Amino acid sequence: MIVYILRRFLGFAATLLVAALVIFLLLDLLPGDPAQFILGMNATPESVARLRMQMGLDVPAPQRFAGWIWGMLQGDFGMSYTQRAPVAHLIWDRLGVTAPLSLFAMLISMVVGLPLGILAARRRGKALDTAIMVLAQTGVAVPSFWFGMLLALLFAVTLGWLPPGGFTPWHEDAGAALRSLVLPSLALALPQASILARVMRTALVDVTGQDFIRTARAKGLTMGEAVWRHGVRNALLPVLTILGLQFAFLIAGTIIVENVFYLPGLGRLIFTAISQRDLTLVRGATIVLIIAVTLTMLVTDLAYGLVDPRLREGPPS
Amino acid sequence: MDKTLQAFGLAAALAVGMAGVALAQPSEIRIGVALEPPALDPTAGAAEAIDIVVYQNVFEGLTRIDQNGAVQPGLASAWSISDDGLTYTFTLQDGVTFHDGTSFDAEDVKFTFDRILSEDSVNAHKEFFTPITSVTVIDPLTVEMTLDHVIGRFLFDLGRGDAVIVAPESADNNANEPIGTGPFAFVQWDKGSRVVLEAYGPYWGEPVHLSKATYVFIGDTATVTNALLAGDIDGTNNFAAEAMAVFENNPQFKVLVGTTEGETILTTNNKKPPFDNLKVRQAMAHAIDRQAIIDGATYGYGVPIGAPFAPHNPYYVDLTGTYPFDIEAARALLAEAGYPDGFSATLKLPPVAYARLSGQIIASQFAKVGIELELINVEWAQWIEDVYSNKDYDLTIISHVEPFDIGNYANPDYYYGYDNPDFQALIETLNGTTDEAKRQELAIEAQTILAKDAVNGYLFELAQTGVWNAKLSGMWQNSPIEGLVLRDIKWAE
Repeated sequence: MIVYILRRFLGFAATLLVAALVIFLLLDLLPGDPAQFILGMNATPESVARLRMQMGLDVPAPQRFAGWIWGMLQGDFGMSYTQRAPVAHLIWDRLGVTAPLSLFAMLISMVVGLPLGILAARRRGKALDTAIMVLAQTGVAVPSFWFGMLLALLFAVTLGWLPPGGFTPWHEDAGAALRSLVLPSLALALPQASILARVMRTALVDVTGQDFIRTARAKGLTMGEAVWRHGVRNALLPVLTILGLQFAFLIAGTIIVENVFYLPGLGRLIFTAISQRDLTLVRGATIVLIIAVTLTMLVTDLAYGLVDPRLREGPPS
Repeated sequence: MDKTLQAFGLAAALAVGMAGVALAQPSEIRIGVALEPPALDPTAGAAEAIDIVVYQNVFEGLTRIDQNGAVQPGLASAWSISDDGLTYTFTLQDGVTFHDGTSFDAEDVKFTFDRILSEDSVNAHKEFFTPITSVTVIDPLTVEMTLDHVIGRFLFDLGRGDAVIVAPESADNNANEPIGTGPFAFVQWDKGSRVVLEAYGPYWGEPVHLSKATYVFIGDTATVTNALLAGDIDGTNNFAAEAMAVFENNPQFKVLVGTTEGETILTTNNKKPPFDNLKVRQAMAHAIDRQAIIDGATYGYGVPIGAPFAPHNPYYVDLTGTYPFDIEAARALLAEAGYPDGFSATLKLPPVAYARLSGQIIASQFAKVGIELELINVEWAQWIEDVYSNKDYDLTIISHVEPFDIGNYANPDYYYGYDNPDFQALIETLNGTTDEAKRQELAIEAQTILAKDAVNGYLFELAQTGVWNAKLSGMWQNSPIEGLVLRDIKWAE
């Protein structure tokens, strides 16, 4: 198990380094001088040169890359030039919105998706199964920004139950903060719940056809008991894989949903930073997202090891 | 006796109660703004989003610009100008305090302008104030400024957001915690979300009607629509033209369409052949059908212009008829210029809807006279570098949003590449003239020269498209200067 964990951690570190390099190169290749952009149309060449120096843009690229990585290892993500504040601080502030938002969306998608999937599998071929699958198909097809707007139209504009957007900080009114996250979480969760329901159903249907379920039945378990005690656990493997992948989609989805619901989250921060050419901020925020996603992959891998002992041992030598 | 007292007490309670009712009238406003300002110091950044929040609300200058673009007294209650036009003596308002309680006097004025003019100043419009040679404190309520040459619109420049008065005690923190003398004091800024202002009790001027104003940052059009319909925001002064129809016939809202300082032009590289040929530029002017562009790119909300000047400006003259839409005339001029079959050129378009849409329409209009345009979409940073700084372009479409920016045409190194000594001399005379009637005459002459020379294609003035709760009044219909002034806004009783 220790070798398994170590191997996963090494892969995690390598992925991060490659991702950091790709981000750095991509942003470096973007046309347009960030210093000129920040100072605007009337800036003198001298002040642009001075800002370039302040931003460290006059140093060769390999050195800048090394400096960036070294800084991050020490927790220093650099300074945002448009907001004149440390990037780490800005990101931390925004995580107060994005982290609960993606967590709620993840929870909702599991709470809704998994039982529906199990239900559909148990009623395979029946009307309920068809109904759930049609719903799930629609859920996958509906884009989250559009679903978000529909939600806002219904619950905020027509019914007036929830705010159409915006965010009240947690320390001011935690209840209001929670209320402002309800609609965005739902909008984010819908496609994920649909995918989960479909995967859960397929996996469970596959598993129930296997010999060990028949054996369990032969030992006197009812079908329900057999599925619950042996089927679901075995069906969880593909579901876990999808859950890990979904987290990456959730994070990407927050960029859109936060714009639709004008939430001050990480996605919106990146969105504005890109349009304002605040490269230090874009870089820092993107790497944080990548850390979150790769970390989830790592956790998923480790969870495999727990669910399926065969994976711990690694390939036979 | 007891009874009387009781009755008296009851009446007093009633009066207090009624006063309470009167106060309970909504006096808060929530305003939707598309862009969040990067900082809140208008003297250290060019972003319009800064002025939208703080100009004339939190900060005030010596003069202020009213909604007609005229200069009004601000922190200076009066002024006199010496006969040679070089010395301005300002009498300051008495009893003014900054929001942190410190008092305002002549020293603050001196500090403000010394800061703008200092070596490491990051003022976006330092050039307007460099002619100031000295700022002298005569007494706490009198300041004298001397200029090295006459500037005709100096009083207007003093009313810009770039010249608002700041205090030495707080200036360094204004980017995140702005402290000015205006009718509204800054309360908090939840980054990414909103800025909250509150009426400042000890304000020196006429008290404002609103007790609190919240600026909510919402970028997406559909989202702004929902927020307006749900009552989460009470209005916005720049709503997307394509969705205005949602509110136009809704009695709960009022739509305010006015003009801004944004002249949208087909900028032409006047130094580069074939655009250095006047006949080519005239042909292009004839080939442009302004109304079709306005209908297609602004949903009919733009106002056609024939020169780079805002229609709400008192000096404005209508020159849209200089080269009327006439395909035959355009073809004839192209043939005269030696391009009977037309030519091809590139049109670089920045990432704003009005530019991208206008670009497609102009390309099809130009195709009718034989000019083939290749449309190239660019990002802002790329636009500033390629087009604006390196002048590597044929044509581009952009809105120039600064008030009174006709002077750019007198700069031969500006990216227009327009080098006309007569025009340069004219602008110099205009800048050195303070007499209003004379200034108007010169400004009209300047507009006429630019229209006749067809320096750029003059398309339309960007509209200000406000959508507000129908019970609100006092919003500016036009926007002669960047800002969203809260001073007169109030709720109907």
